[in-house]
This record gives sequence, C-alpha cells and structure tokens, in this order.
Amino acid sequence: MIYTYAFVAIAACVAIERFHNRRAKTTIVLLLAAFLAIAPRFYGNDAVFSVLADAAVYVMLALGLNIVVGFAGLLDLGYAAFFAIGAYTYGMLASPQFGLHLPFWALLFLAAALAALFGALLGAPTLRLHGDYLAIVTLGFGEIVPQIFQNLTKYTGGPNGIAALDVPTFFGHSFGASVMPYYYIALFGIAAALWISRNLRESRLGRAWMAIREDELAAKHAGIDVLRSKLAAFAIGASFSGIGGVLFAAKLALVSPDLFGFQVSVLIVSMLVLGGMGNIVGVVVGSLLLTIVNSALLPQINSLVDAAFHTTVDLSNLHFLIYGAILVGIMLFRPEGLLPNRERRAELHHAGEAAGDA
Amino acid sequence: MHEFLAQLANGVELGAIYALIALGYTLVYGILELINFAHGDVYTFGSFVALGILVGLRAAGVLHGAGLILGIAAALIAAILASALLNAGIERLAYRRLRKAPRLAPLITAIGVSFMLENLIELWQGSAPVPFPNVIPNPQLHFGALEVGVQQIVVVALAIATMIALHFFVQRSKLGKAMRAVAQDRDAASLVGINVDRTIAITFLIAGALAGVAGFVGGVSFGSAWFLNGFGAGLRAFTAAVLGGIGNIAGAMLGGFLIGMLESFSTWLIGGQWSNVAVFSVLILVLVFRPSGLLGETLPEKV
Repeated sequence: MIYTYAFVAIAACVAIERFHNRRAKTTIVLLLAAFLAIAPRFYGNDAVFSVLADAAVYVMLALGLNIVVGFAGLLDLGYAAFFAIGAYTYGMLASPQFGLHLPFWALLFLAAALAALFGALLGAPTLRLHGDYLAIVTLGFGEIVPQIFQNLTKYTGGPNGIAALDVPTFFGHSFGASVMPYYYIALFGIAAALWISRNLRESRLGRAWMAIREDELAAKHAGIDVLRSKLAAFAIGASFSGIGGVLFAAKLALVSPDLFGFQVSVLIVSMLVLGGMGNIVGVVVGSLLLTIVNSALLPQINSLVDAAFHTTVDLSNLHFLIYGAILVGIMLFRPEGLLPNRERRAELHHAGEAAGDA
Repeated sequence: MHEFLAQLANGVELGAIYALIALGYTLVYGILELINFAHGDVYTFGSFVALGILVGLRAAGVLHGAGLILGIAAALIAAILASALLNAGIERLAYRRLRKAPRLAPLITAIGVSFMLENLIELWQGSAPVPFPNVIPNPQLHFGALEVGVQQIVVVALAIATMIALHFFVQRSKLGKAMRAVAQDRDAASLVGINVDRTIAITFLIAGALAGVAGFVGGVSFGSAWFLNGFGAGLRAFTAAVLGGIGNIAGAMLGGFLIGMLESFSTWLIGGQWSNVAVFSVLILVLVFRPSGLLGETLPEKV
C-alpha cells in the first residue's frame, strides 16, 4: 500500500520534470494533491499513514536544507540542530515539563521563528567561511546543540528527554491517537514549502543565491550583499526544520537528544544528493525514496530474509552503509543526482576551471 | 596539585593520540585541500586490527618475555600497514576521480566513505565496545607529586618518536620534498617531473600509517575499541589540526596536545558531559576568529 502512494508521488514528480508545458505541470500537481488528499479515505491504514506522515516531515526538512545547500551552495552538516530546536520548543512548552501547554498551532510559528533566529545567530559569524570550513563549523554546532539539550537535565529532561507531550487540538477537537491529522498537516506543509521554495528560487534573492553558489567573488563584485543573502538562506532553511521539529515531536509525543544526532543531518544531505541538489522536485523524490527504503523496504526485506532462512538478521544495521553508499556512488557517477537541476548539472560537469569553491 | 598533575599527564597522553590523528588530516589537507572525513574511521580500523592480532597471540599463549615485545611490535606493525593500505585504497577508489570536481563533492564523498566504514566495522566487530588486551604492564611511577603509569609513558613516547620520524621524512627525504612540492603547486610539481598521483597516494599511505599508530596507542590508552570511536576522536583531531593551522605539521602536533589538555581539564573542572561542547566551541571560535590557526599563514583567496 505504501508503495502505491510512494509510486504515485514519485511518478508524478518525474512527469513534472519531463513535461515542459506549464499547464500540464499544473494539472499533474493538482491531480497529485487531490489524490493524496482523498485516497486515504478509501485505501490504507494507520501504519501506512504514519510512515507517510514521517516521510512528509522529511520532505519538508529536505526542502529546507535544499535552500541552504542546493540554492545557496552552503554545505550545512548540522541541520538536525534546528530540527532539535523545533522539537524541543514543542517539548518544553507543550508538556508537563513546566506545566506549560501552549497551543500546537502557535508553537509551529514560534519554532519556525526560533530556528530561524538560531540559524542567523550561527550564520552571522560563520558564513564568511568557505566551503568545507563552513561544513565543519555547522557540524560542530550540530554536535553541540543536542549535547546541551542532554546536559541541561533540569530543563530538558536530560538523556531521557521529555515524554507525554500534549496532543494537539484543532478548534477544540483533539487529534487523539489518529495519525491522519499529522499526515494532512505535513502535506499542507510540503505544499507551502514547495510554493515558498519555487517563489524564492525565482526571486531576486534566489538569483543572488545562484550567483553566490556559482562564483562568490564575482557575485560580490556584481553588487550582491553576499553575507546577507547567505544569512537569509540559513534562516529560511532553518525555519522549515523548526516546523518539521514541532510536527515530529507532537506526533511522537516525545523528544530526546539522541533523535537529532549527526546521522540525521547526513540522512537529509543524502536525500538531497540522491535527488539532485538544487532541484525542488528532485529533492522531493530523493527524500521519498530514502524514507520508503528506511521505514518500509528494509523492514520488509528483513522479514522476508528471516522467514526464508529462519534467521534473525537485523537489516536496520545497514542504514549507515546505505546512506554512505548513496553519497559516494552519486558523487562519483552522477553528481547532479537522479533528477538534476539544469544549472547545477552544468556546474558539476565543468567544474575544473570553476572559480567558486563552494 | 596532585590532581592537577594527574590531569596534566592525562592531557599529554590524550594529546599525543590526537596529534597523531591530526597529522593525518593535516597532511592530506595540505596536499589536496580535502578534509578526509573518513580518517577517524581509518584510526578505528587500525585499533581493531591491533586488537585482533593481540587477542590471537594471547590465545596462542606467546605473549610473555621476548614474545611479548615481538607480539606488541607485530600488532603495531599490522595496524600501521592495515590503516595505511585502507587510507590509500580510499584515495584510489573514492577521491582520485573527484580531484577536479568542485570542492564539496570530495567532502561529501568522504562523509559517505566514513559512514560506510563505520557500518562495516560495526558489522565486523559488533556495536558494543570491545576490550583491548591489556598487554603492556602498567606499574605506577612517582616523580615527586606526579604519578604516571608505564603505559602512559609508552603511549607518549611512541607518539613522539613517530612524529620525529615524520618530521625527518617530510623535511629530509626525496619523497618528503616531493610531497611539499605537490602541496605548494601541483601543476608546477608535475612540470618538474614529480609523479603527482604517486605522491598523493604516498601521502595517504603515510597519513594512514599515522592513524594506525594512533589506533594502537589509542587502544592501549582507552582499554577498548569501538566502531564509533573514530567519529569523536576524528573530530577532536580535526579541531586540533585546525587549531594549529591546517596543513602545518608542527601546528597539528601543537593543536593535538592543546586539545588533549582542553579535554582532560574540562572533564576535570566542568564534567565529562561538557567536554564535547568545550572542544567544538573551540573549533567554531578558531574558525571564526583565526581560520589560519595558531601557526598557519593567512592565504589570499584564490581566484
């Protein structure tokens, strides 16, 4: 069942990439949206929509990171930190931890704002750094944030985190135990993220990002305020992650520091690399593919293998190997990803003489 | 005072290990401008190879008297060879094709290699730390208020001997000269007849060998090996390399000892759970305020 949904979504994405007719594209997008909104009434169960809702959160995260890495060309290896900040915003302000029970909807916006603020705070001193140095600084930040959440036991519950988070309500109706509200909110979130991404890409700011990505020095001399454009990318990208964090925490009803480690940041980078950095549709496909492999395909192969050979192999052990192989394989053989962005592809294929380091 | 000196000795011991790993980052960065993200895992691999040899020899019952010295030497040499070959293999298979790609491509590849190695080592050795055979006798020696173990002395002495050997290799030998030439200007080096591919491969061999020594002394010092050791140790060592000035060999050694001290004293004074935060804060502060490090020179932006 889950494959039906994933297949429809991915097929629609590929179709959107192939068609060049604007009206055809719009039609496909509307059809896909209608299908994803209506089909759950007839087809599927809670387990399926739970996976799909998680997948949708990852799509949002990937779209946010795409603004930083794909559009502006800044490799952020600590993106999970903003995810943690969003999740802990909900965890601390909508739980018995402090007896605060702020509404879910307000916290979505607060988390986005807080994540953006931290993005800007991290970015302000560090964005002057180039390429791989920036990557390492963000990695350090990504290590520090969960560690701080883990150490401040008094406020954050320490290594155990905070449990029994509030169940959100919608005009007085509790979400209850159903996963459907999260699925629909995440779908809406993706739609908004897609719309924002697309408009940003075509905006003045988006063109500035592209110029910086291709040649920072030239962009600077063409009058682009490089630092401010990069800061905007960091803050906007982080805000997506903050919203994703609230959704994730509310659905799981739990936050703990080990959910936001380096693996999460690398997982999201792998989604971008697989799909094609910079290409919005490609990023959606990459994140769908990886989530489906992680949460549906691997467990199923696992149980098939176990049934066939009477073993108890644990294929969930192979996640790192899979992400690693994707990063290496794609970089060596198809650096533009499965569904490439045209400009990015051009950059990657004659990079030898390119001056831009990032 | 007593505790202070003990932490000092501890910091020097940690620092010696970080310095050895940091040298590997710095050598590779110096020649390719690549952060070899997998370097920490090459160190872990060396640690497990030494562990395997020692466990095997102990089971065979040869680890006493002269056999002990030979056994330790065998484990050390095996770790060096294994790590060197692994590192050079990674360069050949994963990085060489990307030498002309934009700089982020090899970095992303290196992260991928690191994840693969961690997973493979986990599949090979399990996800729990494995105890490292306690082969070096460890009586405590007293120098006034300072108390150090023989193991600590062996670890630091081995590390320093390795660094001295590296220094002479890089400064005096023909290959070392070729390495410095390629690091300065790859095209010019190739014009004067230096085989650039071979020189880079040798740099990776040497960096891997240093990681092998570190893997052995790290196993002895920490008393265990774990598949994720390389991630934390690698980041600390990288911080050390950056602190000293990346690409600068003396800087990597200095940085290693400073980071070792920082970890040891932050663990003592503010608690082990904050030592990560302290180390990474230093990394961020150095990169922001003095990206060229303590001993590095500021390079103009390349156009």
